[in-house]
Amino acid sequence: MKIPISWLKDYIDLDGLSVEDIARKLTLAGLEVDEIKYAGLPMPTYKGGEKHEFKTSGIAWDKEKLVVAEIREVKEHPNADRLTLLDLFDGKENQTVLTGAPNIFHLKGTGKLAKSIKVAYAKEGTMLYDGHAEGLQLMTLKRTKIRGVESYSMVCSEKELGISEEHEGIILLDDDAPVGMPLAEYMGDAVLDISIVPNMARNANVVGIARELAALTGRELKRPTMDNGRRTKKSGQSSAVNGQSVTELVEIEITNPELNPRFVAGLIRDIEIKPSPYYIQRRLRLAGIRPISNIVDATNYAMLDIGQPLHAFDYDVLVSRVGQIGNLSHKIKIITRAAKDGEKLTTLDGKERELTSANVLVCDEKGSLAMAGVMGGAESEVTDKTRNILLEGAAWNFINIRKTAKQHNLPSEASFRFSRGVHPAMAEQGVKRGLELMAEWSGGQIAPDLVDVYLLKPKDPTITVTTKDVKRLLGIDLTAKQIAELLTRLEFKCTVDKNSVKAKTPPHRLDIGEGAIGLADVLEEVARVYGYDRIPETRMSDSLPPQVGNPRHEWEEHARDILTSLGVQEVVSYRMTSPERESRLVAHDEYVTLANPIAPERRVMRRSLLASLLENVEKNARAESISMFEIGSVFEPNKNDLPNEPRKFAIAMTGLRTQTAWDVKDSASFDFYDMKGRLELLLSGLRLASVSYTPTDSAPFLHPGKAAQVSVNGQTVGVFGELHPLVKEKYDFEDSPVIVAEFDLDALRNATPTYGIAPVSEFPPVLEDIAVIVDESVTAERVEGLIKQTGGKIVTRVRLFDVYRDEKIGAGKKSLAYNLTYQSEKTLTDAEAAAIRTKIVKRLEHEVGAKLRS
Amino acid sequence: MLDQLNEIEKAALESLQSITDSAALEAWRVSHLGRSSPLMSVFAGLGKLSKEERPAVGSGANRVKVALEAALEERSKIVKEAALAKSLEEESLDVTLPGRGVHVGRLHPSTQQLRKVMGILADMGFQIYTSREVETDEYNFQLLNFPPNHPARDMQDTFFVEADGRGDNPILLRTHTSPGQIHAMREYAATNPDNPPPIRIALPGMCFRYEQITARSEIQFNQVEGLVVGENITFADLKGTLADFARRMFGQHARVRFRASYFPFTEPSAEVDVECFVCGGKGCGVCKNSGWLEILGCGMVHPVVLQNGGYDPARYSGFAWGMGPERQLMLRYKIDDIRYFWGNDLRFLEQF
Repeated sequence: MKIPISWLKDYIDLDGLSVEDIARKLTLAGLEVDEIKYAGLPMPTYKGGEKHEFKTSGIAWDKEKLVVAEIREVKEHPNADRLTLLDLFDGKENQTVLTGAPNIFHLKGTGKLAKSIKVAYAKEGTMLYDGHAEGLQLMTLKRTKIRGVESYSMVCSEKELGISEEHEGIILLDDDAPVGMPLAEYMGDAVLDISIVPNMARNANVVGIARELAALTGRELKRPTMDNGRRTKKSGQSSAVNGQSVTELVEIEITNPELNPRFVAGLIRDIEIKPSPYYIQRRLRLAGIRPISNIVDATNYAMLDIGQPLHAFDYDVLVSRVGQIGNLSHKIKIITRAAKDGEKLTTLDGKERELTSANVLVCDEKGSLAMAGVMGGAESEVTDKTRNILLEGAAWNFINIRKTAKQHNLPSEASFRFSRGVHPAMAEQGVKRGLELMAEWSGGQIAPDLVDVYLLKPKDPTITVTTKDVKRLLGIDLTAKQIAELLTRLEFKCTVDKNSVKAKTPPHRLDIGEGAIGLADVLEEVARVYGYDRIPETRMSDSLPPQVGNPRHEWEEHARDILTSLGVQEVVSYRMTSPERESRLVAHDEYVTLANPIAPERRVMRRSLLASLLENVEKNARAESISMFEIGSVFEPNKNDLPNEPRKFAIAMTGLRTQTAWDVKDSASFDFYDMKGRLELLLSGLRLASVSYTPTDSAPFLHPGKAAQVSVNGQTVGVFGELHPLVKEKYDFEDSPVIVAEFDLDALRNATPTYGIAPVSEFPPVLEDIAVIVDESVTAERVEGLIKQTGGKIVTRVRLFDVYRDEKIGAGKKSLAYNLTYQSEKTLTDAEAAAIRTKIVKRLEHEVGAKLRS
Repeated sequence: MLDQLNEIEKAALESLQSITDSAALEAWRVSHLGRSSPLMSVFAGLGKLSKEERPAVGSGANRVKVALEAALEERSKIVKEAALAKSLEEESLDVTLPGRGVHVGRLHPSTQQLRKVMGILADMGFQIYTSREVETDEYNFQLLNFPPNHPARDMQDTFFVEADGRGDNPILLRTHTSPGQIHAMREYAATNPDNPPPIRIALPGMCFRYEQITARSEIQFNQVEGLVVGENITFADLKGTLADFARRMFGQHARVRFRASYFPFTEPSAEVDVECFVCGGKGCGVCKNSGWLEILGCGMVHPVVLQNGGYDPARYSGFAWGMGPERQLMLRYKIDDIRYFWGNDLRFLEQF
């Protein structure tokens, strides 16, 4: 919410506080100032590298060069039809100024004015915003000639002064503006843009902010006048009250107090619709509201002033509607009720809206008039011809208003406040304040009394706070008197009894609960007003809880470390995808489906981690080499219950195996065995032994001849292999094969690790190569198994270093060449090594028909 | 004979002086110390000499042999040194040619930042607690003191999951890791319902908000929350703990400030700003010239939340806070587009 400092000053003396001081105090107390926009007041310059505190914008006004001036004569420009020449007095001298402003143009050639017009006058050299530029461009006013007439100064629009975007005409100041006074002094301002958090809704108004500032500074809060009938402060005139009491003309029926706890109405007669005083228009614009007319402005101004949204009905329209239904009493009956499903109302934005029973209506006996708390109806809205106003101030159910505003997409200043809760006590104050402003600005007469039906009062709870509570929860020592003093500043009614304070919630806020909740609510207020910055920083004295760790998380992090050490890059993907995207890899019938996706391609939660990963490979397909992994959850639907969220990990590799360099020209691509090598290292890093790899057809997305299933202790934990050519085609991949793996992380984690190590012998090993020719059908795993089994403990390492096929060996045969390492707890003799070798060869001959290759 | 020996020595030493490479040196050795060298002929001829001559010639020949061997060794040393010097001079590389790369695997920047945060918290005695990503309205909102239709729900636009018959308890994607607060408190409290143990946990994980995907907003993001519950936990402890944390995270001299704020599940609530670590508070684009960076939200655990977790608010108190690792990274590395994180472009990931 935007708060002009000038407005704030109506309610609190801010002498001695800079704009930044004010912003800092509010920010620390939970009214975060997002930005300070200067419109005239001096701005901090930050020349000397001082520390910044707030985002700032806008301009300061030069006190010498920008002054209040009065136009005394309006002449024609000798050479330009669309320009006028103004003779004005700036307090010291007469000046001639050129303008094309449309709101002066009608006076062109009038000559001497009967009544001078007060304007904002900028002399040569003034820094201003360029009124004709797009957006905000600073410029310096320079002497020039326009169509033969010298121009060295100007009368300003709001845009030029940084007040608003308005550049339709020049500013016409109020008649009482003192000629010659620096403009900055007369109406220099700064606007605080404050974020209002939900439990601070009571402060979404100028008095609310002033009250907070008063509490934070210990200064006095001045209150707006709303004593209809007594003297008003601003004009010094009486807001005239006379005529028949509104209670004789209007009655109110509330059908559901839960939806409408209170309804207050007042009447003002014989108003004249015209623009509001300029200073009011300026304040409204600074606050972000467009001025319309004195009556509409009064409802908005009162709302921004004290926080109560109001609605003005054209009283005569209501009277004629009474006549239309043949009620001769002319007494208006206002009824509030839930709308009927399908009921229609044309709102004042001209749209016909279809309502539901979730919406509340303000009606008369003829029918609906307004959508309660959200938007008025078109028929009874205030027009230029309106003479009499019935002013509504009501309290509505915040949940209902919130739903209604959402349902009809009607966010407004009124629904913003109502949907966060406005205390019903404010309804009466709002109507009084609104009537007061209308009388002052329109010359109308306020009818005596108000009609007021107040059926459901809030609790305004009384909370007991003890010095012990303050110590226990805030960690500071305050006396009961101090606590009471802090809360009293926020208008809590406090009574002190020894070490406890009974604090009654003031009737403008709904955020204080009861019991333990109320205590927390009130303690927050104590802390805020005391100052968060004054509460000390201490280290916890409470005992350290049981240190249980999180083995599952630690294990996952370990797996991540191993994978990155193997040169595989981690990625993190969107959890949301679409069945179409996933079905390129694997099709599923059921998904965890979003009811409100942001886009069709992100409408379900992923079921395949590998599918996510392949999309990332696809996005990076032009990289010369890609190795990626992801660890994360997939989502398995569970009817109308929570889904299962198993953890998976997936790897994908494609492209060059070796990083190219200026003298490295290896162009081999990653293949099945690159993946297998990494998986072997990963599994051994996770200390998993008894791992087996078997051909599989369980993953249809894999090449049938280049796919393997991985088991640990006989339990399947994952699959890997080359992507099936038909699957690969569906992606935008480069030529080299894409090798993928997908593992069930939970199964892997549940496999029992083996922590033993093989002793490192001090005796020299015997190294030996052996090559055997076997049938193609004999797997390497089988041969290796036989070697290990036969060699026993002495064979400590078996490494396949070559697989060879050619005609000499014979069709359907292959040669497998191994490095064997023999190691014993003594130095092995050649004879001993030869004996083992013979044993191994014989076993291989016998079991798989192997022949030693010479 | 002795004169002959002197001649042999003189000639040999002279020819040795001009030798500069090891091949010539070997040739010299063969011709002057080899089997058929003049010196060796003298040795071979010793037997033919008279008894009287033999000792003098013998010892003379030996002296020459020793002298030549010594000269050879010395020469050979010089030749070797010269050869080394020459090769060092010839073998220099262009050190500006690029080095040969290796494939490097890195952790995703979010993982790196999560680890940094959790590493500090682990030092401070916080245990890591993880919980599910798809949640119920009850755990994500209601038990955390967000009643249905509460305006605070506007602060967290939510993805809902299609499910029938859920009434007021729809299934949704968690909007924060806070449901884990309830899961953890209930789990801890169940171990000793009459005297629930104190809690000090960190809750990391992926969260989701219904947003348009733009440079500034994302549909998913990581969060790390901290939760402390005990019998003597105060707002002053919250300040001390989080100031300690912020200083370890952002620098020992970082100024930290606590601003009052609002979260439904904490009260009193605060937001913590740290002095902009890019400009040191002087004002820059990263802090939008405010000099401060908002880094976390926090507060004393709301009594309703304690109660819902099985901890009596009259006896226990606690504090909780939440922060976003991606936001921290964006500030630290001046990343101006949040979409980089799940875009997984290798050119982005390889910079971390």
